[in-house]
Amino acid sequence: MNTIVNFMFAAIKAGTPLLFGTTGEIVTQKSGNMNLGVEGLMYMGAFGGFFIAYKTDNLFLAMISAALFGMLGALIYSFLVITLKANQNVTGLALTTFGTGFASFFGEMLIEGGSPKLSQKMTELLSEKPIPVLGEIPFIGKILFSHNILVYLAIVIALIVWAYMRFTRPGMKLKAVGENPAAADAMGINVDITKYVHTLIGGAICGMGGAYISLINGNGIWNNGCVNGQGWISVALVIFASWSSAKAIFGSLIFGAFTVFQVRANDFASEFAFLSFLSKIPNAIYVMLPFVITAGVLIVSSMRSGGSDQPASCGTNYYREER
Amino acid sequence: MTIDNTNTNYAIELKGICKSFGTVKANDNIDLTVRFGEILALLGENGSGKTTLMNMLSGIYHPDGGSIYVDGNEVSIQSPEDAKRLGIGMVHQHFKLVDVMTAADNITLGGKGGLFVKKDRFKEIKELSEKYSFELDPEKLVMNMSVSEKQTVEILKLMYNGARILILDEPTAVLTPQETEKLFDILRNMKKEGCAIIIITHKLNEVMSISDRVTILHKGKSVQTVNTAETNPNELTELMVGHPMQLSIRRVECEKGENILHVHNLTLENSDGAEVIKKLSFDLYEGEILGVAGVAGSGQKELCEAIAGLYPIKKGAVLYRDMNIEGKTPREIIDLGISMSFIPEDRLGMGLAASLDIVDNMMLKTYRDKKGIFVDRVTAEELANKVVEELEVKTPDVHTPVRQLSGGNVQKVLLGREIAADPSVIITAYAVRGLDINSSYTIYDALNEQKERGVGVLFIGEDLDVMLELCDRIMVLCHGQCSGIVEAKETTKEYLGLLMTASVTEGENDEQ
Repeated sequence: MNTIVNFMFAAIKAGTPLLFGTTGEIVTQKSGNMNLGVEGLMYMGAFGGFFIAYKTDNLFLAMISAALFGMLGALIYSFLVITLKANQNVTGLALTTFGTGFASFFGEMLIEGGSPKLSQKMTELLSEKPIPVLGEIPFIGKILFSHNILVYLAIVIALIVWAYMRFTRPGMKLKAVGENPAAADAMGINVDITKYVHTLIGGAICGMGGAYISLINGNGIWNNGCVNGQGWISVALVIFASWSSAKAIFGSLIFGAFTVFQVRANDFASEFAFLSFLSKIPNAIYVMLPFVITAGVLIVSSMRSGGSDQPASCGTNYYREER
Repeated sequence: MTIDNTNTNYAIELKGICKSFGTVKANDNIDLTVRFGEILALLGENGSGKTTLMNMLSGIYHPDGGSIYVDGNEVSIQSPEDAKRLGIGMVHQHFKLVDVMTAADNITLGGKGGLFVKKDRFKEIKELSEKYSFELDPEKLVMNMSVSEKQTVEILKLMYNGARILILDEPTAVLTPQETEKLFDILRNMKKEGCAIIIITHKLNEVMSISDRVTILHKGKSVQTVNTAETNPNELTELMVGHPMQLSIRRVECEKGENILHVHNLTLENSDGAEVIKKLSFDLYEGEILGVAGVAGSGQKELCEAIAGLYPIKKGAVLYRDMNIEGKTPREIIDLGISMSFIPEDRLGMGLAASLDIVDNMMLKTYRDKKGIFVDRVTAEELANKVVEELEVKTPDVHTPVRQLSGGNVQKVLLGREIAADPSVIITAYAVRGLDINSSYTIYDALNEQKERGVGVLFIGEDLDVMLELCDRIMVLCHGQCSGIVEAKETTKEYLGLLMTASVTEGENDEQ
């Protein structure tokens, strides 16, 4: 039983950066911008968050910084795509390369200036501790209410985004822009500003996901290659969650489970006799698993006939004076 | 904006408006006025700049020169928001609605409101629609609506935003006769309420029945404004095309030839598994124009595509001279002599490549005729010049990208290329969609010429008046089913309208 509880706990922990990335990308895609640069945005946020946490010992400032670095990446993207009408896919791929290099470049400077390690105070602040009362519930308390503070932040953001899309007028306007910018324009909605605002917000959320990776997954030590494809999984998760950040909470949990399966497989093998074959599978298969599933999701979702939930204009730029 | 019937200001006054696209002068020094409580018809050939002019009033385009006065004050309209603030609203030819939202959301989203979506928005829209006696379910998703309902949403959207000056761009092009009458009643009501209405249309009988005054544009210039009561269709046509014209469409009487296309119990399914064409059977003969009427989306597109080999056939058969064409590739079907020119709503969606010039678009069909690896531009250019000359395509030269041509000229290029392939069956859908009289007649003549050559023409159309005059027989589609095939000479527009909504069905027996 303990194995299962530990596994579920680890799945949530590993799924959280994916939830940040997916929520951010949902906001972005709802505005009609297919930003494939999530990986890059997360790298920028990872560095921005870690650097400030390392220098100031202030978690709040660190998350703000991560959001701002994510926004900076999204601003580059927005300027190229919305103002200059550049191709969205190419720009997104360029942003991935840029963000990865950005984090490596400045990260390397950090490493050369002495091994960057978060202070005792920071690691304490980011440690996993049970919430009083709720954390004491058997099983559930461990699985759901014993996490680090950023896990709850991710879920709160996802729920806020969900409610924003569903119940608010700006959320509805965002939907209109993503579905049919010409119609939104004719309604009197400012298409470009709507796209800018939401692409930047999306970038900020992705950036926070990056900070989660560098602050939590890195055990307090900076690593130049920390994001390691999780941005790409987030992009696939958007499709898996059919553009709903509430569904993304569960989607990220499933993908988190695949991610941690590699380290937990042996536990399962020793705990349950009928699962003993798990320990015989080479580790490389487990490492590969989340990406295979990602590819699978993309294949299935593009084969699925009928209406997709993707915002209809996603991937194309809007020109008002086109004829 | 307050409405004052004693107001002597013009609702809209345009002075010397100019607008160019590249080297094409769409609007050249145009003057126009419209008063409150008046319906002005804007009449002109295709490419005469009507839509461009109205787009400048609604803030989509910005004029290169000239001035706009609204209610007596000079204004600059930079964006649709500006237009909205001035009380100007436009119903575009292609509706600008968000498909996945309800009618009420489409209407209220552009208006003022707090942070949260209002719960009583459905009730509010219900009341508004009742005030103007519209029939509309505010909770219905736009994607589930008929064209007429979508148009109602567009008009209501403008009323909700307090528009007092309404512009309708070819509002009747997609409506049945009954729906058109309903729309006109609504417009007359709004006129009584003191609205200023500008209606763009090609249909002269509609101009005569709805408008108070008519402004005629010709080649981007405003030619004249006349009072509707003091004019007649012939005079309007003459002003519009620049020379007198015979208004009735010639129907060439030909011997009906052999059966060339036999469609038997055809059933088609779309990707959701819904039947878009149900057990459709009809025959097409040599030297015949068979019209296909029906409300938009009744299965016309799928039928065309199935015959052209682009749409999978679920059940039934399409026989070309007793040869089943099922399973043949589109290229094999073209080689048999079946040619399709489908004019989609956006005109460029099917058949032509927008950024290529006329010559290269000709080559899309002719490139196969020459062996070897090099393309033959010389023949294609000759063909392009021939099409431009014979169908009177208005273009600076044959090397202009078709994107820069106006809609009607794009259609002529497409049809011209299809006819040049020397087919024995022509499938033409919406060949005159949005075309002015002059261009339309060029196309009717081209089709009649083909008919005389013994070609079977399947003419999918929108304008019942035209179909009644041009076609030999008319088949009416309703929800993918044939609700009747009638002799064009012996039927009426009203009867076709009823067939279109399947209020009556034509029995098999009285088909002939």
